[in-house]
Amino acid sequence: MIRRRIFQAMFASAVALCAFSGQASAEALDDILAAKVIRIAVPTDYPPFGSIGADMQPQGLDIDMARLIGKELGVRTELVAVSSANRIPYLQSKKVDLVISTLGKNPDREKVIDFSGAYAPFFMGVFGVKSATVTKPEELSGKTVGATRGALEEQELSKIAPADVTIKRYEDNNATVAAYISGQVDIFASGNAVAAVIAERNAARAPDLKFIIKNSPCFIGLNKDEPKLLAKVNEIIAKARASGESEKMSQTWLKAPLPPGF
Amino acid sequence: MIYKLQFADLLPYWDVLVRGFVFTIALTFVSTLSGVMVGTLGASARTFGPRWLSALVSAYVELMRNTPFLVQLFFVYFGLPAAGVKLTETQAAFLAMTINLGAYSTEIIRAGIEATPRGVIEAGISLAMTRLQLLRYVILKPAFQKVWPALASQIIIVMLGSSVVSQISAEDLTYAANFIQSRNFRAFESYFVVAFAYLMLAILARAILRALGHRLFPKA
Repeated sequence: MIRRRIFQAMFASAVALCAFSGQASAEALDDILAAKVIRIAVPTDYPPFGSIGADMQPQGLDIDMARLIGKELGVRTELVAVSSANRIPYLQSKKVDLVISTLGKNPDREKVIDFSGAYAPFFMGVFGVKSATVTKPEELSGKTVGATRGALEEQELSKIAPADVTIKRYEDNNATVAAYISGQVDIFASGNAVAAVIAERNAARAPDLKFIIKNSPCFIGLNKDEPKLLAKVNEIIAKARASGESEKMSQTWLKAPLPPGF
Repeated sequence: MIYKLQFADLLPYWDVLVRGFVFTIALTFVSTLSGVMVGTLGASARTFGPRWLSALVSAYVELMRNTPFLVQLFFVYFGLPAAGVKLTETQAAFLAMTINLGAYSTEIIRAGIEATPRGVIEAGISLAMTRLQLLRYVILKPAFQKVWPALASQIIIVMLGSSVVSQISAEDLTYAANFIQSRNFRAFESYFVVAFAYLMLAILARAILRALGHRLFPKA
């Protein structure tokens, strides 16, 4: 008899616990609005998306996006610095409400978290000096292109470039950048973040995007089954796009307009 | 866990390996010729030249012998374009290897020259030899005889050191290994084959240099 009563009590409390946690996850947006604070995971080791500025404060495109979301929701933004390895665990363990950390979409990630619409461009492309007239892989014919050996964009470029393109394969990203800045190559393949950093530090040889090799825009990550939060975040992104705020962020941090079709 | 070697994965890249092999041989051959030439001139200038020239040569030798080869290479390839001198990666590799070997061989050959007793040179003068004859037969030939093994070792060291030219995208043997393993992820096999190729090259170069030494500078 006593045994049975203990079992009933345990069962009841288990049910109550489930109901409680279920409620908490379904109302993330309400929780945020009630607490008047949104916790957002951002990078601090990946300029120009997120880095620590001279004033010791985080800065970058992801940081601006995070602050914009806080502002639109009318709550305080609490930035949480994460690395690219732990950003999804931070979200899953509910230490943060959103992840804004150059997160790309792939099927494995889509199994565990939800994604908003794209908020910033992120791509591998071929960049070069303004005078180089190249708009597609075929037009690289006879030209010399620098790339980092073994990097995704180098492997893709090796596949799509015509046979008479000379691909100079450097040991690492820094050597590729040095080769471009020193004028050893006028065209190179890299990510848009790298091109932005070059433009920032070396305006005289600011690289122009010639064409995109592989597109993998950034999405905001959030926990599954948060329809209200997802809808709100998407609304904010759409509004930023329409008002020119996204374009401004791209110009400020990526030193380039949003690519066509973004 | 026992790693299973799969050399067959390298076969599709045999042309990259062969090109790298040929490049390393050519690079070593040409920069050995030019480097030893620089060394001979440098050693002669340092021993017999006017004081300013001697000082200049020793500054060059100290600069080259006390900085890493990789830094010299980066200086030539990435640094010189800022001064308006733009060299391709192949030219930069040749130049860096020449000035590097030139500095070391200056020191080696100078040691040989200084080991020549003063009396021998005076004997040459008393035979009414011209300065050029004196330098060639009395000073340089015995000097090379003495230091040839040391010089040969230095040439091998420079050849093995040439592996870093892959850093500036020159397509040598090491580049071939790096390239292949970035494609098929068979790092062990790629570096195994290339290490073996370097070993063979070094043994071959040593044999050739020894034969050359016997022929050019026979022991009296």
